[in-house]
Amino acid sequence: MTTTDTASNERIDHLDLLESHAIFIIREVAAECERPVLLFSGGKDSAVLLHLAIKAFAPGKLPFPIMHVDTGHNFPEVIDYRDRLVERLGERLIVASVQESIDKGRVADPGPFGMRNRLQTTALLDAINEHKFDAAFGGARRDEDKARAKERVLSFRDAFGQWDPRKQRPELWQLYQGKVAPGEHLRGFPLSDWTELDIWQYIAREDIELPTIYFSHQREIIQRDGMLLAVSEWVQLREGEVVETRTVRFRTVGDATCTGSVESHASTIEDIITETATSTVSERGATRADDKFSETAMEDRKREGYF
Amino acid sequence: MTTTTTNDDVMDLLRFATIGSVDDGKSTLIGRLLVDTRQLFDDQIDAVAQASKDRGVGDLDLSFVTDGLRAEREQGITIDVAYRYAATPKRKFVIADCPGHVQYTANMATGASTADLALVVVDATTGLKEQTRRHLCIASLLGVRQLIVCANKMDEGNWRFPLYERVVAQMSALAKTLEIESLTVIPISALNGDNVVDRSNAAPYYEGPTVLEALESAPAGGWAGVHGVETDEATRLPVQWILRQPGGGRTYAGMVDGAPIRVGEQVTVLPAGLTSTVTEVRTPSGPTDVAAVGLSVSVALADDLDVSRGDMIVGSANQPTVTNEIEATICWFGTGSLTPGSRFRVKHTTRTTPGIVDTISAKLDVNDLSLSGTSELVSNEIGVVRLKTADPLVVDSYGVNRITGSFVLVDEVTNITVAAGMVGIPTLLHQG
Repeated sequence: MTTTDTASNERIDHLDLLESHAIFIIREVAAECERPVLLFSGGKDSAVLLHLAIKAFAPGKLPFPIMHVDTGHNFPEVIDYRDRLVERLGERLIVASVQESIDKGRVADPGPFGMRNRLQTTALLDAINEHKFDAAFGGARRDEDKARAKERVLSFRDAFGQWDPRKQRPELWQLYQGKVAPGEHLRGFPLSDWTELDIWQYIAREDIELPTIYFSHQREIIQRDGMLLAVSEWVQLREGEVVETRTVRFRTVGDATCTGSVESHASTIEDIITETATSTVSERGATRADDKFSETAMEDRKREGYF
Repeated sequence: MTTTTTNDDVMDLLRFATIGSVDDGKSTLIGRLLVDTRQLFDDQIDAVAQASKDRGVGDLDLSFVTDGLRAEREQGITIDVAYRYAATPKRKFVIADCPGHVQYTANMATGASTADLALVVVDATTGLKEQTRRHLCIASLLGVRQLIVCANKMDEGNWRFPLYERVVAQMSALAKTLEIESLTVIPISALNGDNVVDRSNAAPYYEGPTVLEALESAPAGGWAGVHGVETDEATRLPVQWILRQPGGGRTYAGMVDGAPIRVGEQVTVLPAGLTSTVTEVRTPSGPTDVAAVGLSVSVALADDLDVSRGDMIVGSANQPTVTNEIEATICWFGTGSLTPGSRFRVKHTTRTTPGIVDTISAKLDVNDLSLSGTSELVSNEIGVVRLKTADPLVVDSYGVNRITGSFVLVDEVTNITVAAGMVGIPTLLHQG
């Protein structure tokens, strides 16, 4: 917390530094770009991102809308959380629907039980074009994945939405330079330097509300590809699989068909901080099938325009 | 040798960049640091082991921990900065693992521009290479004053003392010219882990700290916090955004720089030169009497002034320079050459204005650190220029303040950042 005793130059709490840096980035992008949008998945990182954006412009409203790229395969708790939050804040919400992309024939239908994570890219890029957004804030962190570790805070996307890791703009000091030509856009990552533990410590400090699936609960799951998948209308039993009731929670929020849960009794934020600090498996390693296709799965998706 | 200053009350976040020539073992060292301080999750180590086996480079190629891009693993090189995060019981680290190749100098400068310290890796069996000198030179120009130098691959040289001694001699010779204030040279083997996290018996002649010990005790916050402290009145607040208050009135948002900003402080709004008093300071945690450097704040002033984005609120007692003409040191990253008359957009603090390179007077030879006259810079060269800008800029010398003393040049057509600029001429560029 900031009080007069932190005014000396020697010591500011690292959460204060991360918070202020993120707010600085959000204000810079809002000032430099004409039509930014804040991407919101309902996950913990986007909850922190939204919290920071609200702080950056308080007591006014956000100078940009919030957009959810909806795979249609949602945990109902997350949609409930999203709608309550947006209503309480009185901010604008745009929903970019993967189902609509499928219905319009923009992407092939992977079938009722197919994974829709990668299809989000088309829905996202179509929405960016439709609304002429020139910047999209995301909650990605560099500690999540080795490709993200390489990405700039302001990351340039060409007219096809692609990221070219070999042609990143130099980004020195805090001179975040956001100029793009029409049709191109930027991704802005204010949480670049935050770790998973920082996120949880900040959520605890600021008392940020999260979807209930982050906390320990009883759920029907099946074991598949080394993950504990929640049984839902999109996750159907395959041969040899059995439904079990386990005490679990989710470490990330994503498409219900490829986001696994972890066995956990952590029912409070303090429990989660303890669990995170001692975990031996990364959050994406534990819970995301979409990263397990290849050595460079995240880089490949990012090149196509993924978050 | 060890001249590291220890600080009992170390700041809890150290940002450092790695420097070194290609193949001297930078990425392996960072991989070793992360593995031996147990920063990596089991699945991440498994993935590195799998990738190592797939590419036939042994059981665990530590460089794969940070070289995450496909092209990097194919070529065994680092193309762009990888940012990694580590925490020990003593402090947190933000690590910028920078590329070594000359064509990726801009990426290296990106990583070093926000570093408190540089972790330099030298292959002790060959000694200091040209690319390392270039990077040390850029790091020095960027204001990095602390070096931890790893004399690496000592195992390949049977830990012979003369190999270590040569690195010490080469670095000591450079340290004065590069204005290095703290230099520690450590004999290590990144591959085997000697003297990285765990102390080794292989070099009985060395009694100084391990790499981790040196990192844990180094002063932090230098890149954006320490400057300006000797003058308590040098408050700088580049205005980012105007916040309208309910019921009328405005507050001015930005990040505090130079020195803390206080309620009651006499301030001047530049470039207009209007004066007022700070009546309210608000940090992300709420109202306060004083806000430290590095905090994002909004402030209210006693008088209703015309203040917009790009203006700077400064402590009245110690004001920066307002000017349309800047003498500056430039690192040129463009693909073509930089010649007088070239036009750019100049981004300085929160202001962007058209600018033109008026003259180019000298360039630096990074090998012998000599200056020579020139009228153009080619890609990755460092030189001295005079820049004219359409709008006046509010600047301090880079040596005094890294935020108000820095700018970038942006290509008007491609929108790419093509140069990093530092206001003023550092000592390094004064010598003939």
